Amino acid sequence: MSQTAQSPSTSDDTDERVKDLGWRRALIRPELGGIVGTIAVFLFFGLTAYDSGMFNAQGILNWSTVSAQFMIIAVGACLLMIAGEFDLSVGSMIGFAGMLIAIFSVTLGWPVWMAILVTFVLAVLIGALNGFIVIRTGLPSFIVTLAFLFILRGFTIYLPQTIERKTIIGGIREAAEGDWLGAVFGGKILKGMFQWMGEAGLITTFERGTRAGQPVVDGIPMLIVWAIVLVIFGHVLLTKTRFGNWIFAAGGDAEAARNSGVPVNRVKIYMFMFTAFCATVFAACQVMEFGSAGADRGLLKEFEAIIAVVIGGALLTGGYGSVLGAALGALIFGVVQQGLFFAGVESSLFRVFLGIILLGAVILNTYIRRMITGER
Amino acid sequence: MNTRTTHAPIIEMKNIEKHFGSVIALAGVSVEVYPGECHCLLGDNGAGKSTFIKTMSGVHKPTHGEIVFEGKPMHFDDPRDAIAAGIATVHQHLAMIPLMSVSRNFFMGNEPVKKRFGISFFDHEYADSVTMEEMRKMGINLRGPDQAVGTLSGGERQTVAIARAVHFGAKVLILDEPTSALGVRQTANVLATIDKVRKQGIAVVFITHNVRHALAVGDRFTVLNRGKTLGAAQRGQITPEELQDMMAGGQELVALEGSLGGTV
Ligand SMILES: Nc1ncnc2c1ncn2[C@@H]1O[C@H](COP(=O)(O)OP(=O)(O)O)[C@@H](O)[C@H]1O
Ligand SMILES: [Mg+2]
Repeated sequence: MSQTAQSPSTSDDTDERVKDLGWRRALIRPELGGIVGTIAVFLFFGLTAYDSGMFNAQGILNWSTVSAQFMIIAVGACLLMIAGEFDLSVGSMIGFAGMLIAIFSVTLGWPVWMAILVTFVLAVLIGALNGFIVIRTGLPSFIVTLAFLFILRGFTIYLPQTIERKTIIGGIREAAEGDWLGAVFGGKILKGMFQWMGEAGLITTFERGTRAGQPVVDGIPMLIVWAIVLVIFGHVLLTKTRFGNWIFAAGGDAEAARNSGVPVNRVKIYMFMFTAFCATVFAACQVMEFGSAGADRGLLKEFEAIIAVVIGGALLTGGYGSVLGAALGALIFGVVQQGLFFAGVESSLFRVFLGIILLGAVILNTYIRRMITGER
Repeated sequence: MNTRTTHAPIIEMKNIEKHFGSVIALAGVSVEVYPGECHCLLGDNGAGKSTFIKTMSGVHKPTHGEIVFEGKPMHFDDPRDAIAAGIATVHQHLAMIPLMSVSRNFFMGNEPVKKRFGISFFDHEYADSVTMEEMRKMGINLRGPDQAVGTLSGGERQTVAIARAVHFGAKVLILDEPTSALGVRQTANVLATIDKVRKQGIAVVFITHNVRHALAVGDRFTVLNRGKTLGAAQRGQITPEELQDMMAGGQELVALEGSLGGTV
């Protein structure tokens, strides 16, 4: 506030322009495409699927969970894309990390917390290796991470087959019973509140069976908590820190950034590591939820992450984008996927919807971006 | 006879050579740059001007030769070292990032931080107010600090880059062809900015292949050709025609050399 007081002489003639820009600035932002898409999608399903249960507690939990999954990997993909790189090995990393947790905890009998921690360390190291190879060779990350897509998926199939003679390893839920770190990925929070809401008749409760009287939705899964935490972390990191400025600079023009003293290589490698971290969070949550790890987990997730990021307004070639936009992209993705199911639409049409949304969002985003950045 | 030569150079480049594999981009170039003076580096495309200033700004390490900065031999491992020492460079094509805001560009690599809950955050308030203030000083009225650099004209971009270097306390400001892609008016603005900067006591290294631009602001002139110094002069000791001849003469010589198979 002291800043505005410093220049009272100029405040008068700039006031008009500031006001004029007020609504423009509020509207013309990288997330606009995501915001418009989100409103459109909720309007659409609000009209077509309002009585299908999509908007009661179970329904909301259903599409929130799916959206949260997309969000977790979209945050990593978003920051990496803004830093000017891709990671096509995200899906394979999800499968690989899940399999490592299963092998460490079930086959080797390690405590689950140790299995998870060691898996995180290994995954992040592989992320660093991805980044290191990209930086050292100067090859496009597209190619390098495509190689890791195959390498990691290959190991994810090979390891359980060799060790256990099968491609799914179960028994993780039993192993994770009472494990503190297992609960951080597989647990639920606010159970008391949901119990209370059930008793107050605000949400449905089971009427029969062993869980009679308990709410059907008995808490918020940690998966959703992770998604929210990662989105906030990514958004703050990108927009409110010095490192965030380096992410933009590294992707905007690596050479110009280097010339200004930005440690571009370090920024890019960190972002590869963060992407691997996000993939491992996804894997840990999934393994805890299913109680098993499968060799085909995470298939095509890299593309879903990239689609969410692009719907969210990021530029494929780097240097521009928004984590909040990517989160909205993930929300759109999840709501459409589950909403079509609620609306009773043939599920194969999901891809048609997705394609239309992707195209519409990208056209709108390109238009907005040109207005902001003066690109031609 | 010239009072300018009485004070010490801020940076001396002695016999700088730079080889890229078998390509000899610089074959022994010496230049002295004085505070408060504009030193023009002239020469045709491929003469080695950019390579020369890149060794000065820590982008390249010279293959041979010595750099003396403020009287002491200096070895820059990377651009950060040179920036820290006070050598700022506005590179030929890569001055600014168009997708980013003016304020983010202005503080790129030098982001101001403030502590909140023990964590360092980018101090946007400070960055924005400084950016607006510095741009006003240079005569550029921004719509706002978050205006993207891509919306600025070429001359305005150069001016932002120069203002940034000056703000961060540059003692030596290197400008690689700042006027080559500009129209007449924008060129005049940039030349006026160079003059302002020089009068603040900063040493300016101004690369151009336009003799008129050089003569407008230059105190000293060094003409490069094929990685070698073709000639050097001071303001007042050379006429525009002579400088023009020096550049053109070099080219004629090159043409002759080529056609006579190196017998001259
Ligand atoms: N990184 C590099 N690798 C190989 N050759 C280079 C490199 N940089 C410059 N050169 C060569 O050095 C010579 C001088 O280039 P440069 O310094 O850019 O000239 P100028 O800026 O005067 O037009 C050119 O022949 C160019 O091809
Ligand atoms: Mg050049």
